[in-house]
This record gives sequence, C-alpha cells and structure tokens, in this order.
Amino acid sequence: MTDRILTTRMDAHPADSNVLARYEATGGYAALRTALASKTPEEIAAEVKASNIRGRGGANFPAGVKWGFLPPETRPRYLVVNGDESEPGTFKDRQLLERDPHQLVEGIALSAYALDVRQAFVYIRGEYPRPARRLQRAIDEAYEAGYLGTGILGSGFDLDITVHLGGGAYICGEETALLNSLEGRRGEPRIKPPFPAVEGLYAKPTIVNNVETLSNVPFMINQGGAAYDAIGPEGARGTRLFSLSGHVRNPGNKEIVMGMTWRDLIYGLGGGIPEDRAIKAWIPGGASAPWLLPEHLDEPVTIDDVGRLKTMLGSGAVVVMDETTCVVKAAHRIVRFFAHESCGQCTPCREGGSWLERMLARIESGDGRMMDLDLLLDVSDNISPGLTWPPKMTTICPLGPSATAPVTSIMWHFRNEVEAHITGGGCPL
Amino acid sequence: MSDEATPGMVKITIDGREMQVPAGDLLIAAAEKAGTYIPRFCWHSRMKPVGLCRMCLVEVEGPRGTMLTTSCTMQVNDGMVVHTESDVVKKAQEGVLEFLLINHPLDCPVCDKGGECPLQDQTVSFGPGESRFVEEKRHFEKPIPISDLVLLDRERCILCARCTRFSEEISGDPLIEFVERGSGTQVLTFPDEPFASYFSGNTVQICPVGALTATAYRFRARPWDLQAAESTCPHCSVGCRISVQSSQNQVLRFQGVDVDSTNQGWLCDKGRFGFEYLNSPDRLSTPKMAGDDGLQEASWIDALDAAASGLMSIIDEHGPGAVAGIGGARGTNEEAYAFGKFLRSVVGTGHLDAQIGDGLEPRLLAAPADRGLIGDLEKASSILVWGPDLKEELPVLYLRVRRAATELGAKLVVAHPRRTGLDDVATHTLRYRPGAGQDLLRRLAAGEGDAGAALAALKEGPTVVITGLAGLTEGPDLAEAVAAFGRDLPDATVLPVARRSNVFGALDMGVSPALLPGRASAVDDGARATLSGHWGADVPDGSGRDTAGIIEGLEAGAIRAVVLLGADPAVDFPDPARASAALAGAELIVAIDMFESVSTSMATVVFPALGFTETEGTVTNLEGRVQKVSRLLPGPGGARPSWEILEDVATRMGGSIGATSAGVIATEIEKVAPAYAGATWDALNTAFGRDGIVVPTADATQPIEYVPVDRPSAPVQRDLVLHLARVLYDGGTTVQRGLSLAKLAAEPAVYITPQDAHRLGVADGSAVRLSGGNGSAELTARFDDSLTPGAVYLPFNLGISVGSGLEVELEALA
Ligand SMILES: Cc1cc2nc3c(=O)[nH]c(=O)nc-3n(C[C@H](O)[C@H](O)[C@H](O)COP(=O)(O)O)c2cc1C
Ligand code: SF4
Ligand code: SF4
Ligand code: SF4
Ligand code: FES
Repeated sequence: MTDRILTTRMDAHPADSNVLARYEATGGYAALRTALASKTPEEIAAEVKASNIRGRGGANFPAGVKWGFLPPETRPRYLVVNGDESEPGTFKDRQLLERDPHQLVEGIALSAYALDVRQAFVYIRGEYPRPARRLQRAIDEAYEAGYLGTGILGSGFDLDITVHLGGGAYICGEETALLNSLEGRRGEPRIKPPFPAVEGLYAKPTIVNNVETLSNVPFMINQGGAAYDAIGPEGARGTRLFSLSGHVRNPGNKEIVMGMTWRDLIYGLGGGIPEDRAIKAWIPGGASAPWLLPEHLDEPVTIDDVGRLKTMLGSGAVVVMDETTCVVKAAHRIVRFFAHESCGQCTPCREGGSWLERMLARIESGDGRMMDLDLLLDVSDNISPGLTWPPKMTTICPLGPSATAPVTSIMWHFRNEVEAHITGGGCPL
Repeated sequence: MSDEATPGMVKITIDGREMQVPAGDLLIAAAEKAGTYIPRFCWHSRMKPVGLCRMCLVEVEGPRGTMLTTSCTMQVNDGMVVHTESDVVKKAQEGVLEFLLINHPLDCPVCDKGGECPLQDQTVSFGPGESRFVEEKRHFEKPIPISDLVLLDRERCILCARCTRFSEEISGDPLIEFVERGSGTQVLTFPDEPFASYFSGNTVQICPVGALTATAYRFRARPWDLQAAESTCPHCSVGCRISVQSSQNQVLRFQGVDVDSTNQGWLCDKGRFGFEYLNSPDRLSTPKMAGDDGLQEASWIDALDAAASGLMSIIDEHGPGAVAGIGGARGTNEEAYAFGKFLRSVVGTGHLDAQIGDGLEPRLLAAPADRGLIGDLEKASSILVWGPDLKEELPVLYLRVRRAATELGAKLVVAHPRRTGLDDVATHTLRYRPGAGQDLLRRLAAGEGDAGAALAALKEGPTVVITGLAGLTEGPDLAEAVAAFGRDLPDATVLPVARRSNVFGALDMGVSPALLPGRASAVDDGARATLSGHWGADVPDGSGRDTAGIIEGLEAGAIRAVVLLGADPAVDFPDPARASAALAGAELIVAIDMFESVSTSMATVVFPALGFTETEGTVTNLEGRVQKVSRLLPGPGGARPSWEILEDVATRMGGSIGATSAGVIATEIEKVAPAYAGATWDALNTAFGRDGIVVPTADATQPIEYVPVDRPSAPVQRDLVLHLARVLYDGGTTVQRGLSLAKLAAEPAVYITPQDAHRLGVADGSAVRLSGGNGSAELTARFDDSLTPGAVYLPFNLGISVGSGLEVELEALA
C-alpha cells in the first residue's frame, strides 16, 4: 500500500524536484495528458469524488461534494487555490509549493478541466515570497511547455493561472475573506450563504481548495480515485501532511497515512520530547483546535476520532508542549494571535478576542483576579455559545470561536495552574 | 388562519405565534411588521444587510437543530420557526451589547445622541447592570473633523458600517472606510481627503450612536428639549420630507423622514444644513424704504402706503402693463397664488414670472403629457438624464437615479456637456458642445454611431426621461425636444425638472404669463372668464412677458415698476449684470423678501417676509406632488407672511385678494385651480407625514396637457462656447448665509479641455481672461477633459459673470 503521495519526489530528488524536467522525468503531467486526450471532465470529477478526499485547508470538507455544489449553468467559474497557510504551526503547503510546485500546477489543471474553469488563482500568504517565486517559475515553465495557456496539449482546453500574494492577514485564509482580498477589498469574511461555489469570486461560482488538497489530484487520475480511497481508514482517506513542531526531537512535515496513533506520530516520527521530559498537552490541528492531553496518546489520528475528542485535525499543525510549558502563557500567545488577526468587522470577535487576551495577559503577569476565571469562560461563551464542539458562534466566521479554544483548554484541564498564577502572583513553573 | 399561505406570503412562527409575512422579506423586517422588534445596530432598511454588529441574533429551527443566526441576513421562508426570546438568544444579545460597551466611553451626558441613542436604550432594556470590564478602554483622539460639516468620535463608534455603506452604496462617494483590524479597527477618511460629500449629513443621522456629529448641531440641544414638526425641504424641487427640529425658537436641525415617494429618508447637505440662513443676522425684520443714503428703516404704514401709491401712480400714468412681477418660486403655493392674484386682479398686469430666465416652457413644467413620478425610477428598465447635473441641482433625485442604476439594474443614459455625478454608474454617457445638443439628439433618435447602443437601451421600457436645462447658455428648446423624443420611446414617462424649490407650485398657481392657477392656459378665453368669475375682476390675456421679457421691457421703458417676491434677478438671472442694470433703471421696485439682496438694495420699498418654518402652507414638487410645510417658529419680530403684505398693499389700492390666512387661500386654490381640486387643506393634513397628494387627483380635471414640441434649431458653430451651470454650494442665499455651508462654496475657475488650452497657450492653473456676451473676467483656468473640445465651463453664481451668451473668448494672461 502506498504510504506517501505528496513528498516522494522531493525526497528522492531534493536538488531539483521543483523543476519541470524532473517532474516530467518522474511521471509528471502524464495525468493531464491522459485526461485531455481521453477523459471527459465528468470522468475526472468522478475520480476526485471517488477518492473521498477531505479538504486539507482546515474544515475537512469532502472535495468531491463541494465540487458538486457548482450550479450547472453559470459561467465563468473560477478555481481559487488557498495557499494562505497562516494557521500558527502550519508549514506544509510551503513545502509543497517550494519543492513540488508542478504537482500542484498539474492538480490545478486537472481540476480546472474537470470543473470547466478557464481561470485559476493561487493566493499565497505574503510572508511566502520564495514559495510564490517557485510556483511562478513552475507556472512559467508549464506555459512554455504547453501545459497551460490556450489549447493545452493540442486539446480545446484553455487555462490561465494567476499567482496572488497576500498582504499579511491570517483572516485572508478564510475562503470568503480571501475572495474579497483577491477582488481588492478588505479581507473580511462574507456572510454565508451564499457559499463560494454558488457566488464566489466576482459573484461567480468559485471552488476554493487548499494547496495540499489539489496536490493530490494527479495521483487520483494516474492511479484512480479508488486507489486513493483505498489508503487509510474510512473518513480519513489518503495520506496527509502534518506539520509537527514544538517540543519534539524531529520537528518538520510528516506525510502519513491517517489512523496511526498520536504516540506513533509524536514519539515515533517526531522522535519524542527532548531530554525525555513529560508531555503536557498538544495542539492537534492548528492554533484553533482545542488541546489534547497525555491520556489521548493512544487515540488514532483520524478526522473523526479527533472530532470525537471535541477537537480537530484542522490544518494538520501539531504543536507539542512539554511539562515546562506555562499553559497560561501558551494560551495567551494564541489568543493574542487571534485578537490581532480578527478582521474587526463583527462585535464578539473584535471586542471579545481582545478582552480575553487582556485578561490572560493580566493573569500571566500575576495581576489576575479569581473572578477572571469565570469571566474568561463567560466571555468565551458569548463568542461561542455553550462552548460546544463543534463550536456554535455569535460571530460571522470561525475565527472568533478559535480564540476560545485555548481558553477552554486551560480552564478545563489546567485550572489549578491558572489559579496558581492568581494566588501566587505569577507563573508557578 | 388557513393552512395555505396567501400568494406572495409565507407562514412563519415567531415565539410561538404563527403569522404570514411577505415572501422575500428579511426576518428582522418581517418580525417588526408583525410586532416583534429585534434589536439591531448595523441593519438599516434602506441599505443591504451586512450582519456585522450581531445584535439581531435569533434562533431558527432547522434540520440540524436550532441555529443562532442574524435575523438581518436571513430571508424568511415558509414554515420557518424562530425564537427571539429564548435564553440562548438573550444571552447572545446581552453578550453583544456588553462587547459593544466595554470600549464605549459612556459619555452620554455630553453626547448629542444621548436621549435618542439605541445603544443607550438597549443597554437600559437588555444590558447587564454593571461592567465586568476592568481593562483600560480603547482611546482615540476625539473628536476629529472629517469634513467641515461632520466630526468623528472613534471612541463612541460601534463599527456598524452604516456610514461607510451609505457612502459607498447610496451616495457613491466612498470617502469614509474601515481601517486597521481587530480591536484597532476604526472608521476613518483617507489621508488628505476630507469627507467631502454632498450627502455627509445622512451618516450623522443614521449613525446609531454619537460617533458622527454635525458641526451645525453639536452640543446645541438635547433631544428631549426639541420641538419637531414634519415639513418639506425648501431648498429644491425634489421636495424631500423632513422633520424640522427647534429649541428656544431656533431651528437646530433637519432630519430626513423616510417616505417611499421622494427621499427615502435621505437629504442632501444643502437641505439638511442650509437652514442656518434662517437664523442669519441679515434677516430683514422691519420694512425699509429708499432714502438719500440707501435703504432706511420705515414703519409698516409708511411702507405700505408708499408701495400702494407708487404702484397706483405708475398704473395711472402708464397703464397696468407697465407693472411686472418676478418671483414666487421659493415660497409656498399660497404665497405664489396671492402674488399672481395680486398682479393679475389688483394691478391688472399679465407680466409675471416665477422662473428667472433660466427655465423651461412653463406648460412643459406644469402640465407635460405622460408625466412621470420619481417612484417610476424603481421599476424603470432604462433612464435618460438629459438636463442639469442632478448631483449639483437636485441631489436627492440624483440618489434615486443612482439607486435605480446600481441596485435596481436600470440602464442609465446621461447626456451632458461635461462629466456629471451620475457618469460613473451610467451605461452610456453622451457628451456634446453647448449649442450642438440638437445634433446629438438627432443622432440619438436615429441610433447613429455610438448613440445606437444608448437608443437600444432606451427602447427597453419602462423608461423614465428626466429633462431640464443642462446649462444656462442653453435655450429651453433642447430640453423640450428631449421630452418630445422621450414621448416617442415605446414606454416612457417624462419628468421635466427645474431647480427652484417651489417653481412647480408657483407655475401651478399661475405665476407665468402663459398659465392661470390650476394648469389652465392664459390664452384660453373660457378659462380666463371662469377665473374672472371667481375673482370678480378682469384677467389679462396671455400675452404677458416672462422674466427675460420683463428685463427687456425695463430696458426699453415699457415696464416701469417691478414687484419682487423672494427673487433676486440681479444675481439669479443667467446674465446678472444685465438684470442688475435693467432693475437699476426701474422707477419703482417693491420687494418682499427675507433678506436684503442685490435686487432689494435697488428697491423703493422692501417688506420683511416670514419664511420657511415660520409660515405654513403647501408646496408642489417636480412631480406635481403637493405637500405641507409647517410653522414651528415665530420668525423675526417685524416680519409678516408675504400674502398678508400683498393683501395690505391691495387694500390700499382699493382691492383685495381675500388673503386672511394660509388655510383660507388654500381653500380658494382648491376651488379655483382646476388641477388642485380635491387637494384640500384637510386632505393634505391627513396625508401629512406620508406622501402628500399628486395633482391632479383622480377627481380633478387638468385643463391643459402639454405635448412637448421638437423645434429643431441650427447648431451654433463658434470656436469657443460656454457651458454655464450651477453647483450645489454657490453664492446663493442659503449657502452664503448658512454658517456651515459658506466655507464649502466652490472656487470660481474656468474649465477648459487640454486641447483648447494647448491651442490657446494656457496652462493648468494659469490666469486667463474669459470674455463673453456681457463682460469679461480674469480667473484661473483648470483642465477638464470631460468637455468636448471647443467648450469651456464656468460654474454659475460664484461671483463671476460674463453674460449668458454661448459665444466666448479666452486668452492667456502673462
Ligand atoms: C479563520 C480561518 C482561516 C483559514 N485559513 C486557511 C488557510 O490558511 N489555508 C487554507 O487552505 N484554508 C484556510 N481556511 C479554510 C478555508 O476557509 C477553506 O475552507 C479551505 O481553503 C477550503 O479548501 P479545502 O476544502 O481544500 O480544505 C481557513 C478558515 C478559517 C475560518
Ligand atoms: S469572527 Fe472575527 S475574523 Fe471572523 S468576521 Fe468576525 S471579526 Fe472578522
Ligand atoms: S461612525 Fe457611526 S455609523 Fe459609522 S460605523 Fe461608527 S457607529 Fe456606525
Ligand atoms: S434634494 Fe432638494 S429637497 Fe431634498 S434635501 Fe436636498 S435641497 Fe432639500
Ligand atoms: S443588525 Fe443584524 S447583525 Fe447588526
């Protein structure tokens, strides 16, 4: 069984995995050739549907289902590739963009063909100039070689890909804020519905998919959607890139088949905690995800198993915290990030986020009050009513509730340590 | 209730109550109509919902359980079950309110909004009692002026985006925006660009808190001290509905009233802030008579005697035809009617005009065939605007056209000698050299060249054709030819426009040589006979002079006395210098006015008149909609209603116009003026605050229906022609005597195309001499590439005049 899809080429040919010649020499663009020569768009879409891949941008939504939401008649349609990758701890798309950009270009071309799209955009976070350059170079090569442009590979299919660099706002990773940003507006999420598939870029039907999601498409066409669907447990098909960071010996991106345990990931691939310190908690899927605890180490790493533990695999960013970590400080840093990155348009996130942040700052510095503990939870509750999982929200987009994840994580699992900051006038560690 | 919803309605359940509401309504609006008020800050019924403030959260039952959602972004659908008072909803709303308050300065005691502030109100009814927020509040420099009219206090701002949406969506000048993000998010103007919008005051009105305040109103009153009366804006013929609010006998502000028919709640800044002229120290408060050193204060008795005897001796010596009257377009219908009746029946003259030489054929304005309503714009597929720059002259009509083009999908064709405020939303813009408009009209009618697409658009009915004078060097024929063209379109209504606030009312009252009260023709013997029957006096035939004719008559000595009613021809006539010289030669000028003006300075007798907010009455807007104006204030001590002054002069001349009160005159109008039958004082009182009455009502007959005539004229071929047009903030009374607006008046300059400038050796910003039919002036040249080469543009009434002839010359000065 295949256990890696996305990173084989870059591992085998670290020197030049990003250039066209290497990509072609290792089977690149064969899928596009086959598709354009002998497959209908519907057949390509059917393979993606059959793969049962769930989006890798954070929401884990089945890509094939999303593609099915496009209204049949309206044209033009757009494909927008989300390479904003701003969730703290996430750096997987960067590697895909830098080291195997043609894999993404081919994935875009195949998807565009399947979706009857003539114009695709790749939105890359502003702090990623090198990945953007690498991708642009690959796109230029692909135009040159006839994989992009008009009449691709002698077929009647035309496609242009435009790379757009963001301006440094996390919220522009949220798909509708991203679309606003592409349109030259403030990066503010839109009210949904309408969903982008119905009314997206320039109010036209638009599919937004993550870089990693689309990088898998060439495999699905080469090997068939069923082959992809055969990898990994149900509900978590295919391989997935995890960005492992924090207190581990071997941080970095790990492409795995889902279903292994957290222990396998953190202690196996990650090499365990430096100096064999004890693990205290880890963030399983980006800063927005509630934390997991040592008791969860033998739980399987799948989308649904993690959901059962009332958190998420999100963007695949696993951040490990060992026993030396001050949870108040950690939570404060994360909440500060979200407060800073709030687009500011809706009240609970704009005001609530910064309120949480300032309370945590006070507690961290020893100026907390006992009543702040319930207040932290109640303010969180006013952003995310009931503090349920998946979160309900009083906000427009999920960024608001994201700021409550670290708060509930420390309040529910480390309340003693938080209290100790108050009673002891500072960090007890 | 039956199980089936009536067509167009859906059944929903709110808090256990089942009800039918219009399909397609937003939940927040449907609930309100059904009696359930959901609190809100950002939602405004005249703007698209954005769902920002989150105050209107409710629970809606769905397949996957109840969902918390904003009722301002959710459309009702059949079977929807909504909870607006559940614990979850209450907690969420209280939470939002608390979030809004944590950084709010709570300076209600010194805030203009205190007492009428939804934030304050909702805090009282929904909010938590005590603050749990102990952190430092957000601080901003406060307040900062964002224009000469508006101040912004970012600490009070709750970021509802009403102001920013208004300026982008409604007025189309997005000069105010959100900047920064997170808790640093704030509303701001762009660096070095003030919030210079003709509509900025609306943002002050719709700001749900005291973040935006108007310099004119700031700190001047508390809402609970204000007296208010609904009325009609006196500044242009759109006739926007307003609430006049005063305290201690001073008007303090105008607020827009939301009616569907005219302004939909909005006002232009001239209308909103222009009221300051009422409080101006230059108001006339006693009669004045010409003495050795100009005008001297006089007693009412002396002034009335002088006016009456002066008029009588001229009539004795030269006949009634030596007397003429100009004015009436700025007051009420009752004043205009009294004016017309005085001139025709007491003096016996047929020389009277409410337009000041800048008008259209009076019958076209008063009684055009296929006349449209402003509301027709809502359902129009296409619109032709060929006339004044609506943004400058009829601002809220501009907003309505803009809305039709941007929100309602109408195709918009704009024809004008240079760029207008509507060009950015027009589907087709047509430009022409003044004097060559007829040429363009022929091409449009024939669908020639690039006019073909515009014609095709206009053939998609329903169409609204707005026509008027594009510039003061243009004759009235062009607008009339455009109206005639409009009638030939498959499915069009025509809206001829003129600017002065009650010019339509004054024409309807017969202040025109061609018209008798109620849209009857002055050349119709039968109509004259009927009117003489009512008045018990002869009615002169329809051969009287209009304002241009009166000026000529003054120049020729045929006219010797002029009665002015709220008119200043020496400034307002397209060729002010000529009018001024003509008036200077008059033997007798009797002026009734609120202010001293250039024209009154030449008068023999000047009477101080009460004005807007000080007299009640009716006015008629450009659609023929009759609305009431209210009296709220006493006005300056010695001033009196114009009709009363005219009655007193009439009595001294041995006659009477029967003017004992505005109500009595209105009753007479309803009886005497055929088109006004049914528009009774009482009916208007009941229609009061709503939409007024469009005349003729179904029960009235309108004697004339004027079919516009296309009178082709040869194009004018000159090297350089003049486009002379008004701007909103000009040298007129409202602007110059209104403290807030005076600083906004435009700088005079002459605008020239770069091509012509190059030919004439003129640089942008350099000094030039512009010479026209009547005078020349030195002024700055500015480039304007929206003009057709061979045309220059001079804004009217900024103190520079070279006459109103088409032909001009321009030379560079060293
Ligand atoms: C606050 C926020 C930030 C997000 N940031 C990213 C991001 O950086 N990259 C990304 O691919 N998706 C991000 N998403 C998810 C996108 O909205 C969207 O679901 C995704 O791009 C869809 O692609 P997929 O279906 O292939 O995962 C974010 C969502 C939210 C709410
Ligand atoms: S939740 Fe936060 S980021 Fe999302 S729309 Fe509201 S303010 Fe913006
Ligand atoms: S200034 Fe007023 S209207 Fe504008 S966003 Fe702030 S609160 Fe809303
Ligand atoms: S558009 Fe005319 S009527 Fe309306 S507020 Fe402005 S001046 Fe007054
Ligand atoms: S009123 Fe609905 S979100 Fe503001």
